[in-house]
Amino acid sequence: MEITVDGVAVQATPGEMLIEACERSGTYIPRFCYHSRMSPVGMCRMCLVEVDTGRGFALQPSCMVPVSEGMKVSTESEVTKKAQDGVLEFLLINHPLDCPVCDKGGECPLQDQTMAYGPGETRFVEEKRHFAKPIAISETVYLDRERCILCDRCTRFADEVAGDALIQFMGRGNHTEVNTFPDEPFASYFSGNTVQICPVGALTAAPYRFKARPWDLTETLSTAWVDSVGARVAVQASRNRVLRVLGADADAVNWGWLTDKERFGFEALNSAERLTAPMLRDAAGGGVSEWQEAGWGEALDRIAGAVGAVPPERVAVLGGARLTNEAQYMWAKLAKGVIGTDNVDAQLGDGLDPAVVLGLPRATIDDACRPGGTVVLIGPDPKEELGTLYLRLRHGIVNDGVKLIEVTPCETGLSHLAQHSLRPRPGTAAQLVSALVAAAVGDGFEAGSTGVDRSEIEAAAQCLAEADDGVTAVLGRASLAEGAEVVEAAAMELSALPSVRFLPALRRGNVMGALEAGLAPELLPGRVRLDGVEDEGSLAEAWPRRPAAAGLDAASVLRAAARGDIDVLVLVGADPLNDFIDRDLAYRGLRGASLVAAVDMFLNDSATLAAEIVLAAAGPTECDGTFTNLEGRVSPMSRKVTPPGTSRPDWMIAADLAERLKPGSTEGLDSPQAIRAELARVSSVHSSLTEQALQENPVEGVLLAGAGATGKAGGWRRSGRPTMGRSPVGRTEPATGPAGREDLPEPPPDGAFLLVATRTMYDDGTMLRHCPSSQGLAPAASARINPADLDRSSLGEGAAVRVVSDFGHIEATLTADRGVPAGSLRVHWLAPGSPANSLIAAGTDVTAVEVEAR
Amino acid sequence: MTLSPANEALAAEIISWFPRSRSALIPLLHLAQEQDGYLTDDAMRHIGELVGATPAEVKGTAGFYEMFRFEPVGTYMINVCTNISCLLWGGEELLHHAAESLGVEVGGTTDDGMITLEEAECIAACTEAPCLQVNYRYRGRVTHDDFDRLVDDLRASRLDIPRHGALSAVRQSIPAERLAGVIPPEQAREAPVWLGRNDVEVAG
Repeated sequence: MEITVDGVAVQATPGEMLIEACERSGTYIPRFCYHSRMSPVGMCRMCLVEVDTGRGFALQPSCMVPVSEGMKVSTESEVTKKAQDGVLEFLLINHPLDCPVCDKGGECPLQDQTMAYGPGETRFVEEKRHFAKPIAISETVYLDRERCILCDRCTRFADEVAGDALIQFMGRGNHTEVNTFPDEPFASYFSGNTVQICPVGALTAAPYRFKARPWDLTETLSTAWVDSVGARVAVQASRNRVLRVLGADADAVNWGWLTDKERFGFEALNSAERLTAPMLRDAAGGGVSEWQEAGWGEALDRIAGAVGAVPPERVAVLGGARLTNEAQYMWAKLAKGVIGTDNVDAQLGDGLDPAVVLGLPRATIDDACRPGGTVVLIGPDPKEELGTLYLRLRHGIVNDGVKLIEVTPCETGLSHLAQHSLRPRPGTAAQLVSALVAAAVGDGFEAGSTGVDRSEIEAAAQCLAEADDGVTAVLGRASLAEGAEVVEAAAMELSALPSVRFLPALRRGNVMGALEAGLAPELLPGRVRLDGVEDEGSLAEAWPRRPAAAGLDAASVLRAAARGDIDVLVLVGADPLNDFIDRDLAYRGLRGASLVAAVDMFLNDSATLAAEIVLAAAGPTECDGTFTNLEGRVSPMSRKVTPPGTSRPDWMIAADLAERLKPGSTEGLDSPQAIRAELARVSSVHSSLTEQALQENPVEGVLLAGAGATGKAGGWRRSGRPTMGRSPVGRTEPATGPAGREDLPEPPPDGAFLLVATRTMYDDGTMLRHCPSSQGLAPAASARINPADLDRSSLGEGAAVRVVSDFGHIEATLTADRGVPAGSLRVHWLAPGSPANSLIAAGTDVTAVEVEAR
Repeated sequence: MTLSPANEALAAEIISWFPRSRSALIPLLHLAQEQDGYLTDDAMRHIGELVGATPAEVKGTAGFYEMFRFEPVGTYMINVCTNISCLLWGGEELLHHAAESLGVEVGGTTDDGMITLEEAECIAACTEAPCLQVNYRYRGRVTHDDFDRLVDDLRASRLDIPRHGALSAVRQSIPAERLAGVIPPEQAREAPVWLGRNDVEVAG
């Protein structure tokens, strides 16, 4: 379709708005209310241009006018200029013009466009309207209503994008203001986005208020690190300190949106509690001495000495999901290729078998959100754990006809939008999915005792059967009180459907990068099994040795350590005490290891408990590298500031240790680029990860081989099904084939509940503890049960209770929650003071709990 | 105060009239205002729950309309017009007199909670200037004496004016089979049977 913009013929796409077509062809039309990721409303009238569709030129708001064949547009005519001038004059009537004290000054569309298109002088001599200066509409967001030009961006975002319509226009005419309902703050996980899209300084966020001027900031494109979606961000710093993080618009990933945790999480990096140098202490003889700062040489020598003195299988490395891909590869090389131990696990019992994650056909976020598609959610609540993925899925469901079938133990943030919400009893998801698949392909099925009605299964199966465009499964751990095997078996059942693809919803930052780099037992970089033969050549060349035998996963490492079979336990950004699913085992494991060394940004609880050596690691924004998101998309993480004190990038720490243990083993690996090049050489999966590819896709990043519908299937898939289960110590038997119906977990006895442990956006994690803007946002510990169960109970709503399992207990407040099915009890993972992992034992599929008054 | 059980039942019926429950928002706000004389926060929260909207959406919608009040008002609300025609005929003086005789600021409510005095923009009765409204019922060519008499009558409940917020003394009841409803397009050529007849039941 062709239109004429200021006399120049321009190609336009049918259906798009004039403002977009003009911008693409290089003609920027000023605007305040229009935002390309939200529906147009024509509020501000700034984008008025003269449009001729055959009836002569007339002023039209270009954000509301779809292009049409032969349309003529004049963006620079006298009439247009007069309109722009007039609109600006009206907008400025009530604007306080307090630019010198306004945070937006210098990057303010109102300021810029007044300069470019507006009147130079005001004619308004009357009193402007006044409001109380900034009011806090949430814990972090402040609203200055005098500055507001009523563009509807924030309110539209809250309603359309986030689905939290907690701010609205109140009043009418001259008295219109944006506000919340009294005593109902704008408590949205996504509130920070409104600050970013506000075209004036009306909305400001506490972490950046009065901190800097835009012209003092320098910025770099990077990737958010707090969850595995890998939202693209612009990191802005002044005087060697990160001051602000903004969302960058990656079409394939986050569309410019961020969760508040991604946006404000950088505050933790500026914390005074950061480790700035290695520290040592002696833990011999039960008691521990005080921490002493030490030189890097001394600390590294001590670790290398301890590692070199014991057989490789008595060394274990836990964690690594926080690291960049390059650091992960270096730690994998250090552990497996230099030390020779396979006891390496980046997941802390809260993830899934890498065979499942890497072996099943993979989907991208775009695959999951494609119009008319069908999504099966067998995993965590995306709103709580993967916020930007939630926004994408929500958009797909609300606007693009994506159908959602939930198979989750509790209500999620998407439940009210789901076509079908199936709530299998904890532990029975695989049986339910088996029935669902059987019904969808037309086989007979048994509803079984999953707690879900036959009719519900049939209805959902019908929806699944009609999904002729393929199905995307979002796969992860909905409840950490359910074993990974339950989810893995459900995935196996679902993979029987033709053309199903999986989007892993693992949570830890760069966990996908860790798996691709080989930070898991039995795994080498590039999805190669330890006993595999693929790529023998280049890996043998780069790595001095390989582990002699298959190693242990996190649970088995901790068990072995508790028995005294692990001498050196290295925690790389891991806090098993809080993050491992079994607190008691974590405690015993940490205590049982002869030497615990931690590489971290903070002294976390596990290190405080058991470490003798702590190495200060550089954080995100402090070192270069790349990040692999849950799709398998690699994007750069960039250094913006120097790390505090003498802390070093994780890759450098691994290289330093490797050089001490095997001189020459890291020769030439003196930069992230060099490490990336070696990774691309030894791993066929990473072969597409060239410097050129990264430079050519600075925003979207590069998809690894085997990621998404366009990639080829993972190289690690054999005979149609990935191999399941590894048989390390204590792991339950591999779940191959449909799970037997006879071994369904029993419904709990009277008065008992099956435990569901779900994560929340804010919790008592180490990073959030050091982040001022998330202080107090973690929900207090509650034991949530169905109102019907509460009615039957002798305890009332709000009672102080103790939740008791066979393995431990936590204290909580009893709360009625319609989102919890009868017979289940939901607790929040890592609620302040009530760690749910006290209740759970590693290796159990379901956990029964009882509630007693305290 | 949330909606009373009786009003909640009525609200459920009102919601059932609309294809989307949110469409019932404004009728329910009227219901709440009738119940309490103004819109309480609790009522707005309750209505939000009933129609599936956040409290902010409820208040944002209600705030657009002048006749929804968010603060308690008197039993009778007197709006005195001071727009051009009334101004020329003494509307401003009438307002001053009203404020003085009632002993309140414009916008205030008398201590006995009977009367709220407000200034109004043109209420479209310029031929009757100066004019005012009592609970939206018109009074024209009001002299100061008329005003004093009006206030006395209101205080003595001598006038047939329901208290502020009351919707209608007569509730409509139309049997289901006679409801106009939404006419399917294929039947739209014929008028509903009750149109043009004068025996439509209106029961109290």
